[in-house]
Parts: sequence; C-alpha cells; structure tokens
Amino acid sequence: MRLWRFLRRKHWDRERELEIQAHLQIETDDFIARGMSPEEARRAARRKLGNLTQIREEIYEMNSLGFLETLGQDLRYAIRMLRLNPAFTLVAVLSLALGIGANTAIFQLLDAVRLRSLPVAKPAELYEVQVVSPKGRSGNFPNRYGHITNAMWEQIRDRQEAFSSIFAWGDWPFDLSQGGRVRQAEGIWVSGDYFRTLGVSPLMGRLISSEDDRRGCAPVAVISYAFWQREFGGAASAVGSTVSLDTHPVQVIGVTPANFTGIDVGHRFDLAVPVCSEPVFSGKENKLERRWAWWLTAVGRLRPGWSPKRADAHLQALASSVFAAALPPQFDAERQKNFLSYSLKTSPAAQGLSDLRDTYEDPLWLLIAIAGVVLLIACANLANLLLARATAREKEVAVRLAIGGSRGRLVRQFLTESLLLSLVGAVCGVLLARFLSQALVAFLTTSQQTIFLDLRMNAMVLLFAAGLAILTCVLFGLLPALRATGIAPAAVMKAGGRGTTAGRERFTLQRALVAGQVALSLVLLFSALLFVRTFHKLSMLNAGFRTDGVLVVSLNGQRAGYTKEQWPVVDRQLLERVRSAPGVDRAARAENFPMGGGWFNDHVTPADGDAAKSEGKLSYFTMASPGFFEVMGIPLLAGRDLADTDTATAPLVAVINQAFARKIFGTTDVLGRRFVKIDGVRRTAMTFEIVGIAGDTKVTSLREDNEIMTYVPDTQLPGAELSQTIVVHSNVPLRDVMAAVLRGVAQVNPAISVDFNVFKTQIEETLVPESLMATLSGFFGLLAGVLAVIGLYGVISYMVAQRRNEIGIRMALGAGRSSILKMVLRGAGTLIAAGLAVGTVLALLGARAASSLLFGLRPYDPATLILAVLLLAAVSFLAAAIPARRAARLEPMNALRDE
Amino acid sequence: MAKRDTPPLSGEMLPGTLDMLILQTLVLGAAHGHTIAHLIEHRSESVLQVEHGSLYPALHRLEDRGWIASFWGTSENNRKARYYRLTRSGRKQLATHTDRWQQLIRAIGRVLQPSNE
Repeated sequence: MRLWRFLRRKHWDRERELEIQAHLQIETDDFIARGMSPEEARRAARRKLGNLTQIREEIYEMNSLGFLETLGQDLRYAIRMLRLNPAFTLVAVLSLALGIGANTAIFQLLDAVRLRSLPVAKPAELYEVQVVSPKGRSGNFPNRYGHITNAMWEQIRDRQEAFSSIFAWGDWPFDLSQGGRVRQAEGIWVSGDYFRTLGVSPLMGRLISSEDDRRGCAPVAVISYAFWQREFGGAASAVGSTVSLDTHPVQVIGVTPANFTGIDVGHRFDLAVPVCSEPVFSGKENKLERRWAWWLTAVGRLRPGWSPKRADAHLQALASSVFAAALPPQFDAERQKNFLSYSLKTSPAAQGLSDLRDTYEDPLWLLIAIAGVVLLIACANLANLLLARATAREKEVAVRLAIGGSRGRLVRQFLTESLLLSLVGAVCGVLLARFLSQALVAFLTTSQQTIFLDLRMNAMVLLFAAGLAILTCVLFGLLPALRATGIAPAAVMKAGGRGTTAGRERFTLQRALVAGQVALSLVLLFSALLFVRTFHKLSMLNAGFRTDGVLVVSLNGQRAGYTKEQWPVVDRQLLERVRSAPGVDRAARAENFPMGGGWFNDHVTPADGDAAKSEGKLSYFTMASPGFFEVMGIPLLAGRDLADTDTATAPLVAVINQAFARKIFGTTDVLGRRFVKIDGVRRTAMTFEIVGIAGDTKVTSLREDNEIMTYVPDTQLPGAELSQTIVVHSNVPLRDVMAAVLRGVAQVNPAISVDFNVFKTQIEETLVPESLMATLSGFFGLLAGVLAVIGLYGVISYMVAQRRNEIGIRMALGAGRSSILKMVLRGAGTLIAAGLAVGTVLALLGARAASSLLFGLRPYDPATLILAVLLLAAVSFLAAAIPARRAARLEPMNALRDE
Repeated sequence: MAKRDTPPLSGEMLPGTLDMLILQTLVLGAAHGHTIAHLIEHRSESVLQVEHGSLYPALHRLEDRGWIASFWGTSENNRKARYYRLTRSGRKQLATHTDRWQQLIRAIGRVLQPSNE
C-alpha cells in the first residue's frame, strides 16, 4: 500500500490538489451565498483553509518512503565526497575489486561444478542408480564413469519400475585420425533412451533412440553442436556423412542443440554412439559380454509420485536378483560372495556427474573460505581508513547534529558512501572474476584432460557478488558510521581547532581491528605455508624412477588391419625402429608401469608354503621387455633384468620390488624363490620364479606408500592385443624424439596410430590439485599479509600523528628519543602479540579443515606454525618501526608550536 | 450560532481526536471534506474549530489505513467533490476509539471532581 502510493505519489498530489480546489470552490460559493463579493469570498475561503503548500507537503511526505526519497540526494553527496579523495577511493575500490573478484571467480567454478543443475528439462527428477559395495569392486575399469557393468544395466533396465525412463551412459575417448598421430574426441556410449530421458531434441537429423540400441547393432553417431562447428564448420551436409572412430567408419545421424553438452560436468561430449555397438570397436573381448568390465553409469527420471526413498526400497528389493543374474561366472568364491552382497540405491543427479567435482569440490570450498577471509581483512583496512576519516569529518557532523540533523539520517548518508564504494568494487570485481575464473580453468586443464565449464555469468553468480557487496559495505561501513555520528556536538565544537575528543576508546576500536587483521592473516599465512610445503614435498618426492627425458609412446595397430598372429612380429619391428630412431637413448616395451596411468593387480602368495601369512595381499603387475629398468632409472638391487631368453615357452620369471620381498616373504633374501599369482577374476594361477629385486616406486599415486610391484616379461604375461606402449629415454629435446619416432613407425606402417605422453608432464599433472592449492593459498596468504601490514602501518602512523602534542610535551619534559621509540613500539608490540596469539588458536582450529589435502605434514605442524608466526611478527614489527622512528625524530618545538 | 463565552479550541485538539471526529461524522453517510469540516464545527457548537486545511492530511491518513474510502461525486450545489465513506474496519475502529475516549473522560472526570472524603 505504502510503496504503491509512493510510486504514485505524483498522482496523489494532483488528486488532493483537485480535491482542495473543489473545497475552496464550495466554501467560496457558501460565502457568496451569504452575501460576500466573489473576491472577498475567495479570500475568506483561503484564510479558512490555511497554508495550502504546507498541507500538500504534509500529504506528500506521508506518501514518501524516507530512504528512497533521500537516496538520490545521498548518492550525489557520496559521489562528491569520493571524488574529493581520489587516493582513498582508488585504494578502496581496488582492494574490494580484488577481494570480491577472487571470491566471485571461485564461486563461479563452484556454481559450475557443484551447484548448478543440468540444462535439461526438470533436472531435479534425475537420479543415478548406484551400486553399494562396502567391500569394494573387482574387475576392469576402462573409463572414468564405470559405475556398473553392462549385465547389471540390462537387469536394472528390464526389472526396475521406479523410473519412467532410464538410460546407461559411459565416457570413451575415440581416435579420429586416419593414421599416425592420435587425434582424440570425447565420445560417449549411450543407451537408446539417453536423449529421450534428458528431453533433448535434435538440432538437425535425428538422435539415437531405442531403435538404434539393439544387440548386434551397427554404430551410428550423434554429434554435439561444438563438434559439428569444429569438424564440419556447421555444414548441413554433416548429417549423413561418416566419421572415422578408432578406424571404423561411422555415419553421423544427427546434431544436438548448442546448449546440450552432456551430463558429465567438466567435459562436453563430441560424439554419442549406441552402447550396443561397442563390440564393433573392441572385437571379441567386448564389454557387453565381459561381466567384470565396469564401464557404464545408469541415470533415470523418477516416476511421478515416487520419492527417492521409495525408489531406494524398490531397488534394494531388486538387488539380489539383479546381481545374481549379472554375476561373472569366472569369479572365485570370495569374489562371487562379495558380488552377491552388493545392493542398489539412488543418488541425485540433477547437477549431473563429475569427476572434476569429486577432485575439486573440497579444495574449492576451502579456497572460497580463504578468499572470504582476505576480503574480511580488506574490509578491516577500509573500516580503519573510514574511522580515520570520521575523525576528520567530526566537525561537519557536529554542526549537522547541532542544527537538528537526525543521527539516523547521517548514518544513512555515511552508509550510502560505503555502499557506493562496495558496489563499484563489486562491479569491477565481477569483471575481474570473468578473467580469473577462466584463468582457473586454464590452470586445471592438463594435456590429458580438457576441461569445459559453462562460466557465463548467471543470476546466481551476480546475486552472490551483489550479496558480497552489501555484506562488505555493512562490514566496513557500519561501525565507522555509528562511531562518527555518536558524538556530542557541544564537546566537539568546544574542543576548538584540534577537534580531538579522541580518547583511548576510539583507538581501542582501531587497534582491535588491526589485531584482528594480524590474527586472520596468520591463519592464511599458515595455511598457505602448509599447502606450499605439501606441494613442494610431493614434487620433490623420490618416486623411485626418473621423470626427466622419458617419453611414453602408445602404438595401436588395430587400424592397420593386423591379425593377432601377425602382431608380435610387427611389435618387435616397432621396438627396433624406436630404439634406432635418432635421439633415442634407450627404449623398452612396458604396460601398466608405475605412474603410467593404467594398472592392474592380483593376489600373490609364496609358492613354498606359508600361504596364510600373505593372505589377501595384492601385487601390482608391470609387463615389460628387457631394458625397462634402465629406461626408467629404477635400480636393480639384486639378481638380473628380464631377458630376451624369457620367452613364452621358457620358465616363468619375475623381478619384484623391495616391498614385495618385505611384505610377502618377510625377508630380502628371496632370489630364486617362487610365488603364485592368483587371478581371481578368471580363476587362473601362475607360478613365477624371482630372478631380480628392483627398487621401490610409487605406483598409482605420489601420495601413497610404496606398494608391492612385480615386473614380468610381456612375452610370458601378454597384455593388450594389437597395441603396445614403449617407454623411451632420451637426452635430446623430446619434441625432436617424437618426430623421429613418428618417422620410424611410419616406415613400418603409416596406418599405425601413435600417441605421445611426456612422462614428467604426466607426473606433474597428477599434482594439479596440490599445485592449485599451493598457488592460490600462497597468493591469498601473501595478499592477506600485505593488507594486514599496511593496516598496521596505517593505524600506528595515525596514532603517532594524533599524539604529536603529547609526544612533544614528553620530549620537552626530558623524555629521550629511545624512550619514545620504545613507547610506540611497545604499543605496537602488544597489538601484534595479541593478534598472533588469537591467530595461532584460529590457525590450529582452521587447519583441521585442510588435513585431507596435506601430504607429509600434520595440520598442526609446529615448524610451519612457528615459521608463519615469526614471518608475520618480523614484517609487522618493521611496519610499526617506521612510524615509531618518525615519532622519535620529532622536534619537540615544532610539535608544540603547532598547538 | 455564535457563543462567544467559550473560545474555540482550534489547534489544541488531543492527537487522534480529529480522526475520531471524522469517522463519527461519516457514520450517517458519505460526505465530502467541506461538509465534514462544517459538521464537526456545527455539532460541537463551534467549540471545535477545524482548520479546514488540516482535514485533508487526516483524510489521506485514514484512507491510507483503509478506514475510509473515497470516490468522486457531485456536491449539493453541483460542484465536483471527493466523497468519503466509512469502511467496515473504519466502523470497528470508531467503536473502539469511542469506548477508549469515554473511559478516558470518566477517568479524568473522577480525578478532577473534588473527593468526597
């Protein structure tokens, strides 16, 4: 009502004006009727009415909302004030823009990977069907989203009633190239209802439907808008043309709209291919039939009226029959028992699925907390600056209060100034955030993983930035505003030229703010040091092998049309070509080697009795050719290397690492002893003789302890067919080596596809999360420290300036320069000490949140804490020493003459 | 009409009384501002002199609270005028106000009367 009238206050003003005019007319008529002349009558009526303008004003005021009415006025005043102090304005806007920008950028990422729903119809209805497997899962995990097997998918699809439609989906990198160097595309396997469930309609052509998803189907491809633009230049002829996927020609049947990028947040799909066509690409050992291959993920749209709870109960009831029907018959008894104990449940999928989220959600929340603290410190600085300015404006405020200005009105005006600052800061911050968030994504992108996130500004992000602006305004503006207006005008006016009623109380507030800044920046400095040291430790870690000059060459002969029988010959030829390529020092075949990306493990146990001791112990297995240890720089501590004489028909031999000897045999004297490798998936057992002992290495992650590893000849334990990986060591730039290897391979057969990975890069890229934390927290820690020290310097300088007279008098009365220096430094010291004490407590409490992200350090690592405290104490003291020396150099006569 | 022995009380009214008086004059039916002013004067036998101007902010306030509603009509002598009528909540408001007022009058009366003891 009130607001409505406010918005229509011009209208009401006119209405009342008319009404009052009517009143005057009637009154005049009355007077004329009583015999007055018209002129007289009009005057009398007016007299009787009173002050017309005042009446209208009174009504107008009733219709107005005070705040809005004076806002324009306050804004103009605020702009004038800010333009009068360009230096202050610049500092304020800059620090707010940095703070708000950093927070917004991190929030943008969080929004993209965690908070935002998929851009599909009714995303809240989407749920994933997950396998509950408390004791873990065994089998083959060939891709990133291997949550279920195909057999499970078929069972779930045919039996479930909870979802109105459901689909299976899995990621798969396809090679687009026609030979030579691999060109990867982000492919996805999709079941027939994928597009229908997600409510996607084709931009061109048609999409994969249940018609396309029948056993034994031929592959067709639906391409994404981005892929269509990139590979076909957006030509209409794309539909109906063929693309080469892992050497197989596949027809493109349709294009999806631009806003649909799949349900894998962090990646956007290039091509979708029906699940049923998988055997075309992988041959006989296909993943449709392999019941231990986990390569699909099931997502469905919950039936109307079904709650997730009801769906859970339904799935739980189904679980036993689903897993009984999907059981891999090759599994050993223990694995079968575990498999049959699995259960099913739903998990919300409105925000899509994301391995990026799994890796970065925690770091991002932590980073936004850190960035928030930086903003807090910046706010404290601004609050201090405003407090100092409030003193300067004391007289103006006193005069305004004395002539009847209300305190509320003055506070509002001060706050308008702060709000203007924080809004300008927020606008700059949002602009900055656009670049920062893009830089962050670039930071996370690796040679292995191209990250795609939709980082366009949306309402959520803008709301967040606006919220920050208002919050910061209150944080840094309210206190100074209250303080500035809470004065007794008479006292200020009486104090004459110096205008100082500033007692200890006002200093107390500023000192508390600075101590708080010191405390908070200690927290950030400490956490930054923790993350930097974690990253340092991990990158300096001795992983047990060399990374410099090692190139990983992946070769695939599938497209060249070799048969299984022909391949071993080609295989040897390829190794010879690579070995003889210019620049190559040494080369060896290797599969599932340490930190190489892929791995597999099996149960191992000593062949000579004592099987109980090593029960349930697993060893990783590397299949390698002779020379592998020299290429990788893994020391051979005893025995011999794998040799060319270890052929498929020769006795089985193995080189084990120290951890193997220690953990399986309990002794280092194991040369010549034998152990059994038990393949629980395919129920086979092989007995190997130990011929050598190699040094320990990291296997799947730099963070883990050294695990048990066995190296076996790839002739005796063959790996993948028609493909191989060769590790190369070289002392020349790897770019030249790549070119030479490409030429060498082409001489064997140009249709063989080649992919390169620089081993050092590959290792470093496993540390991207740690590097992100170290870089950003380091930056924020530094920023926090600088802000706090500037704040400290400012406040001490201000206090010294305010106490000029007092110091002058002290000196005149005989105080020495050193005693003045000591006095100021003692004041600062108390402040710093208080801040550091509080900060230490906060840091120890806060560091617990980071514990899972640390490596080789406790969250309360004393050395790091002491380092942080000393560093901050030293810098703070230096900052305080500058104004202290200025105070000590004061000429008492000058100070007193100013009086 | 003129009774000069008691001076008019204009500008000395207790706060809130004008609202009550306006509501009371509207009990009999809709009226425009001029009529309301004259009715109050007339019925108080000119003790209460309403400054006509102050009537309009009061009317505006009452309408804002939803106690009265207004419409444009034609006056007795054919002038366009804004008419006011009592709303349901205005009627209720008047009843409570009148009660409170009576209580107040009685209370003040008891205080001012010389005590019997």
